[in-house]
Amino acid sequence: MTSAAWLQLLFLVALLAVSTPLLGSYMAKVYGGASAPGDRLFLPVERGIYRVCRVDPEREQRWNVYALSLLAFSLVSGLVLYVQLRLQGHLPLNPDHMKAVPPALSFNTAMSFLTNTNWQNYSGESTMAHLTQMAGLAVHNFVSAAVGATVAVALIRGLVRRQSDTLGNFWVDLTRTTTRLLLPIAFVGAGLLLSQGAVQNFHATRVVTTVEGAKQSIPGGPIASQEAIKNAGQNGGGPYNANASHPYENPNPITNLLILWLILALPFAFPWTFGKLAKDRKQGLVVLAAMFSLWLVGALLVMPLETRGNPKLAAVGANQQVTTAQSGGNMEGKETRFGAAGCGLFADSTTGTSTGSINCAHDSMTPLGGAVPLVNIMLGEVNPGGTGSGLYGMLIFALTSVFIAGLMVGRTPEYLGKKIQAAEMKLVVLYLLAVPLAILSFAGASVLLKPALNSLANPGPHGLTEMTYAFASGSNNNGSAFAGLNGNTPWFNTTLGICFLIGRFFLMVPALAIAGSLGRKQPVPPSAGTFPTGTPLFGFLLVGVVVIVVGLTYFPVLALGPIVEHLAGRF
Amino acid sequence: MPAAKATFDAAIVRRAVSDSFRKLDPRQMVRSPVMFVVEVGSVLTTILFFRDTTLFTGLVTVWLWFTVLFANFAEAVAEGRGKAQADALRKTRSETIAFVRQPDGTMREVPSSQLQLGDECVVTAGQVIPGDGEVIEGIASVDESAITGESAPVIRESGGDRSSVTGGTRVLSDEIVVRISSRPGESFLDRMIALVEGASRQKTPNEIALNILLAGLTIIFLLATVTLQPFAIYSHSEQSLTVLVALLVCLIPTTIGALLSAIGIAGMDRLVQRNVLAMSGRAVEAAGDCSTLLLDKTGTITLGNRQAAEFIPLPGVDETALADAAQLSSLADETPEGRSIVVLAKERYGLRERHLVGATLVPFTAQTRMSGVDFEGRRVRKGATESVRRWVEELGGQAPTELAPVVESISKSGGTPLAVADGARVLGVIHLKDVVKEGIAERFAELRRMGIRTVMITGDNPLTAAAIAAEAGVDDFMAEATPEDKMALIKMEQGGGSLVAMTGDGTNDAPALAQADVGVAMNTGTQAAKEAGNMVDLDSNPTKLIEIVEIGKQLLITRGSLTTFSIANDVAKYFAIIPAMFQGVFPELRSINVMKLDNPHSAILSAVIFNALIIVLLIPLALRGVKFRAMGAGAVLRRNLLIYGVGGLVAPFIGIKAIDVALAALGVH
Repeated sequence: MTSAAWLQLLFLVALLAVSTPLLGSYMAKVYGGASAPGDRLFLPVERGIYRVCRVDPEREQRWNVYALSLLAFSLVSGLVLYVQLRLQGHLPLNPDHMKAVPPALSFNTAMSFLTNTNWQNYSGESTMAHLTQMAGLAVHNFVSAAVGATVAVALIRGLVRRQSDTLGNFWVDLTRTTTRLLLPIAFVGAGLLLSQGAVQNFHATRVVTTVEGAKQSIPGGPIASQEAIKNAGQNGGGPYNANASHPYENPNPITNLLILWLILALPFAFPWTFGKLAKDRKQGLVVLAAMFSLWLVGALLVMPLETRGNPKLAAVGANQQVTTAQSGGNMEGKETRFGAAGCGLFADSTTGTSTGSINCAHDSMTPLGGAVPLVNIMLGEVNPGGTGSGLYGMLIFALTSVFIAGLMVGRTPEYLGKKIQAAEMKLVVLYLLAVPLAILSFAGASVLLKPALNSLANPGPHGLTEMTYAFASGSNNNGSAFAGLNGNTPWFNTTLGICFLIGRFFLMVPALAIAGSLGRKQPVPPSAGTFPTGTPLFGFLLVGVVVIVVGLTYFPVLALGPIVEHLAGRF
Repeated sequence: MPAAKATFDAAIVRRAVSDSFRKLDPRQMVRSPVMFVVEVGSVLTTILFFRDTTLFTGLVTVWLWFTVLFANFAEAVAEGRGKAQADALRKTRSETIAFVRQPDGTMREVPSSQLQLGDECVVTAGQVIPGDGEVIEGIASVDESAITGESAPVIRESGGDRSSVTGGTRVLSDEIVVRISSRPGESFLDRMIALVEGASRQKTPNEIALNILLAGLTIIFLLATVTLQPFAIYSHSEQSLTVLVALLVCLIPTTIGALLSAIGIAGMDRLVQRNVLAMSGRAVEAAGDCSTLLLDKTGTITLGNRQAAEFIPLPGVDETALADAAQLSSLADETPEGRSIVVLAKERYGLRERHLVGATLVPFTAQTRMSGVDFEGRRVRKGATESVRRWVEELGGQAPTELAPVVESISKSGGTPLAVADGARVLGVIHLKDVVKEGIAERFAELRRMGIRTVMITGDNPLTAAAIAAEAGVDDFMAEATPEDKMALIKMEQGGGSLVAMTGDGTNDAPALAQADVGVAMNTGTQAAKEAGNMVDLDSNPTKLIEIVEIGKQLLITRGSLTTFSIANDVAKYFAIIPAMFQGVFPELRSINVMKLDNPHSAILSAVIFNALIIVLLIPLALRGVKFRAMGAGAVLRRNLLIYGVGGLVAPFIGIKAIDVALAALGVH
């Protein structure tokens, strides 16, 4: 790795090392039930919201009511977005006179944003009005992230509470996540982005004459505000088609670092919150360490794979040296202001979280370099995953690990003293099955269907990677595109739309059911005979189970895609 | 109970082989989802083989069938060992004629199989007791060796806690009247036969949960295999069904799927071998989970009776003289306490037992509370301090002032003082105390390392209880315990999330036995106690509770270890099979053929053969159980994760390579 790569990595890790305990402890207070910092400011606002929505904040919900509230909220807000997309032409703040979004694309986009996926089968600057971006898509960037947080918080409560039927109140958790977590971060983030040159206006597209005399269309819009929450909530759907490689979204290396921090801050803080709420810091640290090491390994793989450059270009005499005069490395599909290292670190972080914003074309990475984001997504968005969704994903893996290996200490498996029995295992299996089912069946069907194959830009192993990446990204609610695949067709709009929903709600509902089931249990007091889950050994085990379970599921398709491409190309 | 058979007894193996084929019945196979999938795969490749008879398809088919048969064999061997025990038991259940006493006092002869609940049977010496029941009249010595394997006869009498008798046992002396307490076909012996045979075996909660995970993994791998074909077609290398079935069978967790039920049966069997009958597999699992053991002091922690531990002479008395007097006074004393005094005198002071000629033995009576001997003009007595003091004063002597402090200090330490006098002279005091069983303190220390708390239950006063608790090294004790206290303690422990195990024998133990998660009733106990508990210890040895917990843990450890091993195995199989499947179209995939397997066919075949053979190799481990060590959970995990996790990753690389080399040597292509 180059020294520029090491420096970027070090800066980012240092920022996270400071923010994780601070944010994590703050969030523990937000979700802890007692008084929290900022009550004087936030409480009146929240009380107003509860009064308008007729929510009794003191009334706790059982898991099924919690889940129904979550589903109802998602369904209704998704429908509202769909209607808004269809009626766009009649709504204000539309200086470029964008027309109604077609039905299939509206369905895909609504499903994509309500599930926190933010897969985009459209190009923002030529499809969406300012109002749609602000009051439609950006709103979902907030609430879909908050919905993910509620499930994580409910699961923590299920693990921590003793013989409790209820898991908290969905509406309260949703509101508090938005007001106390996402809005402040987005506000500060947007301000910092503005200070570095990101744009924020309601202008129509301006046509200007360039120095060379060519005509250029420059779209405006409320960019900085959306960029901040798009990353802080691991959404990834940018206002511009070029996403975070566009200079108005991500102007310079400083904003690149800021965006990387925004992407990773909340997901890494959640396990800390978990440890705080469980009153056992080690439990949180182990989960955090497992997430961090998987993310770090990804970064340490992809950054050198990209900075090393493309051996095929080297063979024809291209100079790919990293020097002060040129970015160097494998620069196809990358921005010179970020370089191969800045793009590699971004690719690892945006796919290790369920963000999916991009600052380079993953399709143009080296085969193994491009396999890192793909594998990150396939891991199920747990390194460190999305706001909340990363934590509940990792906790489900923790339950699986405890179940497989826990028997080896001679007790029926337990996690935080809660016994893992048939009821929980059924739900864990449902959780683990949903995403592979969606990815493998849809990708399998697509590689045999002519209309689907027509969308592919490349044949052979690379085409297989493009296809698999699309369904993996959709089903795991990442939303980044590998590129090289035209997704705006009836087949992909529909199938990917279904994938978003499966990958979201077929995981959330079992996770909440597990929380309900665990919450009712009486914890077994810890003793020398208890399976230790707060130790480095358990961290290794957890990482091993994540890698083996995922590896065994996807190894064949990875072998036929990136691995064979790498071997054949002698990269 | 007949002696435990060796793991692979010839007769059992013969029967197991034929059972393995009988178990191919899909209706039976479907109970294990993993092995059912293998059977379906075997049927598929068999059909393929008849369509295109290639050596490769033939060999794969044969080894797939072997995989299924090996799994059935494992289960059949485990069941076979139980069946052998059941057969032996069944022989004792031979039809007998019962003499049922009619209300008018006359006798009616009834075959034992037609006895009804409440019938009162008269059984005399030499007769077999016709059914389970309660002695309502009389006292008899009974030979229970058919059930317990213990040849010494036991006393059964009406009333009290030794009133229950078991059908199939034989009355050796005297006559008793037994009221039948079980319906025909539901006797203790019937239930025991059903249990060891596995006929009434139901999946235990953890086994069900594990089966769900295994079924889930099977579905994931089924999905991965089925969708591999489209990807293969896209890559212009369509696969044969044989290869896909082979891949599927190698990936799904066949090792644990094949051995899971054998592990469960063998766990029950290990209990039976230790003469413990568990009424359900659930209880065995619960035993592994127990974190609190309630142990009765008497019989579990201490030997049944107090024993002489020390002779404490008063000032001016020779210690040997005291020992001599103590021994003399106890020669007539046949109580265990008396015997222990003689033994102590012999062991510590070398005083041999004497046969006194012309001596007058004075036995213990409740009035005098002393025993002793009048011999050659000496009148030696030992007994309760007050009684001895009175006796000395009657003879005109005076108990020395030094006596009181000695007596008091013994009482304080939880012991019982017995004063010894020779004539009017008090010689000293015998210190009788509860003797903690040898090695028990080490067992408790082991339990503590395993995270299990021990609580001693005793009727003694708190002072005595504390002294014994400290000596035995239990974590806690409950003194002056009533059955109600015991019940309250269990509920409190359970309220805190602990699982509680206990032993009991009396009728007043029954509610607590029922409340405890593992209630082990002593076979000598009452019918009520046996009904309430979920295990019966035929040897009536309360210390066995510790072994029961260890067996429960061992069962779970074996299950977990083989699950981990099974899943870890898959990594190597992928590295064998995937390059083999696609190196025709993508020759460069050869570089992930890290085992350098000879050719695609032998690579796939080697993986399939390894997958089948590993089941056979692990049968002994499944039946014997992973060796149990009393260590903390962290240490156990580290150890087992290294052996079965890391071992499971590495072993198949070596195994598959070895089989491949052998296949190449045999010229299989």
